[in-house]
Amino acid sequence: MSQKQHVTLTVNGVKRSLEVEPRQLLVHALRDDLGLTGTHVGCDTSQCGACTVLLNGEAVKSCTTLTVQADGAEVTTVEGLGDMNDLHPVQEGFWEKHGLQCGFCTPGVMMTAVGLLKHNPNPTEEEIREGLEGVICRCTGYQNIVRAVQYAAQKTSQQGTAVEVAAAGSGSEE
Amino acid sequence: MASVFGSTLKRREDPRLITGNGQYSEDIQLPGMLYASVLRSPHAHARIVNINTDAAKALEGVVAVYTGKDLEGKIGTVPTAWLPPDSNIQTPPHEVLAVNKVRYVGDGVALVVAENRYVARDAVDLIQVTYAPLPAVAEQEQAIADGAPILHDGVENNVAFHWQAGNATDDVFENAEVIVKQRFRQQRLIPNPMEPRAATAQYNPATGEMTLWATSQNPHIHRFLLSGILGIPENKLRIVSVDVGGGFGAKIACYPDEAMVAYAARDLKRPVKWVEDRRENFLVTSHGRDMVLDVEFAGTKDGDFTAIRVKNIANMGAYLSTAGPGVPTILFGLIVPGAYKIPYAAVDVYGVFTNTTPTDAYRGAGRPEATYLLERMVDLFAAEIGKDPVEVRRRNLIQSHEFPYNTAMGLEYDSGNYEVALDKALAMVGYEELRQKQQELRSQGRHLGIGVTTYVEICGLGPSQVAGAVGFQGGLWESATVRVHPTGKVTVFTGASPHGQGEETTFAQIVSQRLGVPFEDIEVVHGDTNRIAMGWGTYGSRTTPVGGNAIAVAVDKVLEKAKKIAAHMLEVSEEDVRFEDGKYSVEGAPTRSVTIQEVTLQAYLAWNLPQGVEPALEGTAFYDPVNFVYPFGTHICVVEVDEETGDIDLVKYVAVDDCGRVINPMVAEGQVHGGIVQGIGQALWEGAVYDEQAQLLTGTFMDYAMPKARFFKEFETAFTETPAPQNPLGVKGIGETGTIASTPTVVNAVMDALRPFGVKDINMPLTPERVWNAIEKGRQEA
Ligand code: FES
Ligand code: FES
Repeated sequence: MSQKQHVTLTVNGVKRSLEVEPRQLLVHALRDDLGLTGTHVGCDTSQCGACTVLLNGEAVKSCTTLTVQADGAEVTTVEGLGDMNDLHPVQEGFWEKHGLQCGFCTPGVMMTAVGLLKHNPNPTEEEIREGLEGVICRCTGYQNIVRAVQYAAQKTSQQGTAVEVAAAGSGSEE
Repeated sequence: MASVFGSTLKRREDPRLITGNGQYSEDIQLPGMLYASVLRSPHAHARIVNINTDAAKALEGVVAVYTGKDLEGKIGTVPTAWLPPDSNIQTPPHEVLAVNKVRYVGDGVALVVAENRYVARDAVDLIQVTYAPLPAVAEQEQAIADGAPILHDGVENNVAFHWQAGNATDDVFENAEVIVKQRFRQQRLIPNPMEPRAATAQYNPATGEMTLWATSQNPHIHRFLLSGILGIPENKLRIVSVDVGGGFGAKIACYPDEAMVAYAARDLKRPVKWVEDRRENFLVTSHGRDMVLDVEFAGTKDGDFTAIRVKNIANMGAYLSTAGPGVPTILFGLIVPGAYKIPYAAVDVYGVFTNTTPTDAYRGAGRPEATYLLERMVDLFAAEIGKDPVEVRRRNLIQSHEFPYNTAMGLEYDSGNYEVALDKALAMVGYEELRQKQQELRSQGRHLGIGVTTYVEICGLGPSQVAGAVGFQGGLWESATVRVHPTGKVTVFTGASPHGQGEETTFAQIVSQRLGVPFEDIEVVHGDTNRIAMGWGTYGSRTTPVGGNAIAVAVDKVLEKAKKIAAHMLEVSEEDVRFEDGKYSVEGAPTRSVTIQEVTLQAYLAWNLPQGVEPALEGTAFYDPVNFVYPFGTHICVVEVDEETGDIDLVKYVAVDDCGRVINPMVAEGQVHGGIVQGIGQALWEGAVYDEQAQLLTGTFMDYAMPKARFFKEFETAFTETPAPQNPLGVKGIGETGTIASTPTVVNAVMDALRPFGVKDINMPLTPERVWNAIEKGRQEA
């Protein structure tokens, strides 16, 4: 196909360099090239949100973003959100409130929730439901997803910290 | 210790899933791996005149292109594994890739294998196929009409099977005081688990071993069927399905794609991965429902039900999917009398081939359709005799003292306390006040509707003898091994294959409670045919009632052996040993005791075991249930309909379910939530649409309305617990109740709201347009 292009992006705090086709979707760079398989693909029309990641702190659908568009950007995937020793409040909320069943939609839904809480730290139930417009979950019926987001919002306000994702690592070359 | 069984504990599967450490089939990355992509027919019905693959093969990065002709004789056809008895079932061959003729849009025509997924797609676009289009038919009544295009040579009128059951003669109806007749259309639904299907195959040319990571609800069934298609012995074929992103019935079937991928991996001696895109999922992965139902319902003026008779014309799609024929027959027909005392019941079912995607189980599978028509008929009947639908239901419900209850369809219901669930739901929703409020609002021109469903479900099918009798080409028992390691840690191997339902957690709770080992010390393994001896998988809400009880029996075998060793260690006879909370103690001298962990260590050391006792400690059970289980409950929905727009507002939803003993309330509630949303999806939004040429018009999430978070308000759920009497744990299934109950509940509510307009029925989904039109029509007729 067309000539490969060089891109550099910081993924979960680590600087990564890739040679990619201009048409490559960011989600495939993450999954196939970088081995970060936590981000999923659930559709081909940009509706399900399973692929949602943070691009420079904002929730975006990585199935609708080209890798070359992310050149120079900071990307956070579920793998960079938090680990079992230090769960992000949203992850904690999903675990506490049974916000997932099969877990396939979950990484994208959690990233969407992080984006939502960033702009609205204390959402009402209705605002949460509206804010989940871009994701589809076939398992949970959403009720426990709403509770999970409420949990995260409450926990965050108690801690008095913004729902931001601390960039892991020091930004060194891979 | 506090009871682990019955407690809300956080799920064991979540840590890996919330941190991106799950392992779904698409996540498998292997050295040298190739990617496959399938060329699919754009025609619903056509002869294949010619296929030219030259350009595709010439593309850089393409490793192989296979057509149906290339595979002919080298790979088997895809079998049907449910053959309802006495139904004259026709099973024309379902080729892995079509050779001469395609029969639906999406039928596979060629497989490309390439160095990466982008090249594979490019190559698919370069294959040139010449088709000679044939007339196509998408709708089942059109397909059985004279002159309809015939899909399969020798299958007259496209009738795949004709099955009848029960007994409700013309006499009964002729002599009835009240008869209500209604036609319902169960629209076609697209299951859409969020994870599309995927398969990654790896073949070892030296040993002949094939490993297939695949999105499966039943890996052992897939091993069984794929072994036949591929000609690989079962002991060389491993299916792995650890993390599966939802199934809802769509990952039961054996599909051509997984077989082709494995074939290619063996042929090319390199790993091959195939991932369905959503468009393919819409087109190729099994659909659900799609039945035309003509119902006659008879009763007395006082409100007693006397008979129900149903003719069901079911759309099976272009081929008979793995379990497809079982859905409109056995799974549908047997539950038609529902939770009521109805002396006569009969069903007459036609399965019909059409140029559409094959249909198979979809959450509830047959039981939602039966429950829908019954609960709708009950409301129509109540309206006909001018009685409250709750009163009519109560009058006919099977009473708790009448169990075990033999139904007109030949089932023996195990247990139930239907009125308790009904009363609880009525109290939660405030039924009497709601009826008053409805009256008040009506006088203001506002239209509140209240819908009620009192359902019973059959699930956890078994024993296997019955599976055989109803034509299921497999067993319906389940296996479990409980292995206690020398340190007292436990690994549980289950033949069920959960894919989101949470049994890694609830099964650990069963073992913890029964074996007296801490919950944290127990791991549950599933979804790998090399680690688990045998199993029949997860569907039909069987995992807990069948798989869970298999585990209970396996634990009991461990305990039986451990008791012998404990008695030996305590130097007393077995009769003098008591077991409680993981400890064996001497009757009357409780301080003399040994823990299960101490016993286990001795079992492994084997320095001093009682005569005739083998070393090590594990139990294996192959549990065949004695009967089905019958969960039940009452769902109530309140809606308000806007007569100007036809919009439906879901004001309130209350669910009371009884699945026997609840192992983990949080997990059980989650199952109910998900089920309700899927069932309401059918009632209000979802539906596959084909055009006259049998093209699927609803083939993306832009065209097929999936329920979203903002469509709902919070549901109120509760459980009553009537222990199942015929299994050791007292449990029933909970995975499908929400879907079964919610569809008629919501539609009943909307019809209740529309009563002032004389509207009796509207085909699902109840879109605002349909509701508005029905209101307008009602107004004109009034
Ligand atoms: S995969 Fe990106 S929105 Fe569905
Ligand atoms: S948890 Fe399965 S799709 Fe959301």
